[in-house]
Amino acid sequence: MKCEKLSKEWIAYMDGKLGAADRGEVEEHLASCAACRARAEEFRGVWRVMDELSEIEPSFGFDARVRQRVAAEPRRNRFAWFVAQSRLALAVVLLIALTVWVAKRPNSNSTPPTRPGATAASEQDFNAIKNLGVLENYDVVTKMDALSELVPTPKQHPSLQTESND
Amino acid sequence: MLDVKAGDDASFDFLLVKYRSPLVNFLYRMVRDRAMAEDLAQDVFLRVYLARKAYVPSAKFTTWLFRIAANVALNSVRDNRHQKMQVLLGAPVADEQDPAPRDLPAREMRIDEHLLERDRVEFIQRAIASLPEKQRAAVLLHKYEEMDYAEIAKVLDCTEAALKSLLFRAYESLREQLAPLVNPPAPQRARERRPS
Repeated sequence: MKCEKLSKEWIAYMDGKLGAADRGEVEEHLASCAACRARAEEFRGVWRVMDELSEIEPSFGFDARVRQRVAAEPRRNRFAWFVAQSRLALAVVLLIALTVWVAKRPNSNSTPPTRPGATAASEQDFNAIKNLGVLENYDVVTKMDALSELVPTPKQHPSLQTESND
Repeated sequence: MLDVKAGDDASFDFLLVKYRSPLVNFLYRMVRDRAMAEDLAQDVFLRVYLARKAYVPSAKFTTWLFRIAANVALNSVRDNRHQKMQVLLGAPVADEQDPAPRDLPAREMRIDEHLLERDRVEFIQRAIASLPEKQRAAVLLHKYEEMDYAEIAKVLDCTEAALKSLLFRAYESLREQLAPLVNPPAPQRARERRPS
C-alpha cells in the first residue's frame, strides 16, 4: 500500500471500522512508513484535543419558547377542505345572483314595461270609445254648415272700423 | 416520532427534552453564536412538528432530525456570509496612497497568545469554524454526534465515499491548525510538566 492509497482509508482505520484484511494492509504500511506513523499519531492527537470542547446547555426558557412557537402555529382543521369548499360555493352563488340581477335590471333606454292588467284595460277603453254612436258620424257632424249659423259673428271694434274707412 | 405523528403532544415534549442539547450544541458549533444557535434549534423543532404528518420512518429519527438541522445551519451560515460580504462591499474604499496599517499579527503570534492565555477551547472552536461549512458539519456529526458514515452521508446528501473524502480533508486541515496544541513547542511542554 502506498501513502496516497492510505488517504482513502485513514478515517475508517482511525475509527476502527476497517475490515480485517484492509486493517492488516494499513498496519503493514504504517510499520514501514515513519511519515504515515507520525500522521496517525497526529490524527489521534487532534481527536484528543477536540474532546476538550465542553458542551453548552440550552438556556432556561428554551423548551417554553419552542412550545410557544408550536402553539402559535395555526392548527390544521380536519374540515378545513370543507370550509374552503363552502366558501367557494358561496362565491359561486353570489356570482350567479349578481349575474341574474344585472340581466333583469331595467334598462333606462328601453320603453317602460306594460303590466298585463293595464294592457287589457286599455283595449277595453279603446273598444268602448270606438263603439260610441256619436263618433260614428264624426266627419258629418264637423262639416255641418247649419251649425255655423247658430254661432253669432263677433262685432268689429269701432277703431278698426274707422281705419278701414280711411 | 410516530406517536407525534398520531397527534400525541406528550411525545413531542419527550423528543424536545431528549434532543434539545445535542441539537443546540451542533448548531452552536456550526454558527458559533449561542443565541443564534438556540433560535435555529427552535426552528428545527418547529419544522419537525409541522412535518410530523409527512414523517416516514425510512431512516433513524436522528438522521432525519440532523438533516433538518444541517440544512438550517448551512442556510444560516451562507446567509450570514452573504450579509457580511454585502457589508464589506458597501464599506468605503480605503485610500490606496495611505493604506491603513495591517494590525493582524502573524499566525505564530496569535497561536502563542492563545497558548499563553491557555484559551485552548477558543482556539479549537476557531479551528473548527474555519472549515468550509460542509466539512464542518461532517466533522461535528462524526466526532461529537458519533454518527456512522451512512447516517452522515444521508444527512449531508452525499455518498459514503464522498463523505470519507470530506472527513479526511477536514481532519487534515485540523491537523495543521491544531498542531500547536497537539505538538506543543518544547518550552511550553516543560511548563506544562512543571508542578504547580
